[in-house]
Amino acid sequence: MDTAQLQHGTTTRPSGWRGVIADWSSDQRSFKGASWGKVMMWIFLLSDTFIFGCFLLSYMTVRMSTTVPWPNPSEVFALEIGGVHLPLILIAIMTFVLISSSGTMAMAVNYAYRRDRRKTAALMLLTALFGALFVGMQAFEWSKLIHEGVRPWDNPFGAAQFGAAFFTITGFHGTHVTIGVIILLVVARKVWRGEFDDQRPGFLTGRRGRYEMVEIAGLYWHFVDLVWVFIFALFYLW
Amino acid sequence: MAHASTPAPIVEEGQQHPIRTYLVVWGWLFVLSFFSYLVDYFHLQGFLRWSLILLFMMLKAGLIVAVFMHMRWERLALTYAILIPPVLVLVFAALMVLEADYTLLTRQTFLGREGG
Repeated sequence: MDTAQLQHGTTTRPSGWRGVIADWSSDQRSFKGASWGKVMMWIFLLSDTFIFGCFLLSYMTVRMSTTVPWPNPSEVFALEIGGVHLPLILIAIMTFVLISSSGTMAMAVNYAYRRDRRKTAALMLLTALFGALFVGMQAFEWSKLIHEGVRPWDNPFGAAQFGAAFFTITGFHGTHVTIGVIILLVVARKVWRGEFDDQRPGFLTGRRGRYEMVEIAGLYWHFVDLVWVFIFALFYLW
Repeated sequence: MAHASTPAPIVEEGQQHPIRTYLVVWGWLFVLSFFSYLVDYFHLQGFLRWSLILLFMMLKAGLIVAVFMHMRWERLALTYAILIPPVLVLVFAALMVLEADYTLLTRQTFLGREGG
C-alpha cells in the first residue's frame, strides 16, 4: 500500500559497503529510509542530469571543433550600469538570485517538518518569487541578445554555434525553473490550506497529502540550482 | 505546530537538521559564487582560470547535493545509485574530446585555404 510508513530504527542496519550490499539484496525495497516518492524524484533527476549532461557535452564538442574564435561570454553578457562597464554582471546577479532561492527552499523544507504552516508557505512563496525573478532576468537577457542579432545559426560576435548552444541550454534550464515555480506555488497553496495536516488527497490522486511533498518539491528546486552551477561555470565563465 | 484536527498521529520519516547548518552552507554558496565571479572579473587565464572554475563548481555542487538535497544523510545504497551513473558522463566527455579534436584537425586541414 502506498501509504505504508517506513520503519524507523536504522541503527540496526549495517553501514558502509556492507550496508549497500545488504540493502540491495534485501526483500521489498532497496532504498531503506527513503520513501518511494523521494526515490522516484531522485531517479527523475538522474535522467534529467543526463539530458543536461548531453547538452553541455554537445556545447563542448562544437566549441572545441570550430575554427572560428568563440565569442567571449564575459563581454557578450556585460552591462553598463550607471556608466560603469561591468562584465558578466547580469549572470552574476542571476546566480545569486537562484542561490538565494535554494536557501529559502531549504528553510521551507525544514519548517515543513516542524509543522510550521505559515513559515513554510511564506518561504516557498519567497522561493517562487526568486524563481520568477530569475526567469524574468533570463527573458531580458534573451531579448537583449536577440536584439543584438544573436540567432541559433549566426551571431555577430564569433563562432556561429554560440547561439544554438546558448538558446538550447538556457532555454531548457529556464523551462525547468518555470515548471519549478508552478510546482512551488501548487505545493505552497496546499501547505497554506493545511492539506498536509489533514492528509487530504490531491486533486488527481487518492494518495494522502503529507509534508514530505515539500521536501520532494525542494529536491527538484535544488536540482534546478545545481544545473545552473554547471551552466554558469562551463558556459558563462569558461 | 500540530493542527487540532490531525487524525491518527502519523510518523513521517523526515530530514530534521538544525537551521544553522543550512545558513552556513548558504553563506558558503554565496562566497564560492562570488569567487567564481572574481575569476572572470580579474581576467585570470589559462590553467589558473579553468582549475579555479572547476574547483568552485564542484564545491558548490557538492554542498547543494550533500546538504540542501540531504544526500549525506541518506543510506549509501541510494547515494551510490544516484551519484555513480553521472560519472559515466565523463567517459562520454572523453570520447567527445577525441572526436572534437579530430573534427578540428580535419577542418584545419581541408577548409583552411578556401576560407571554410
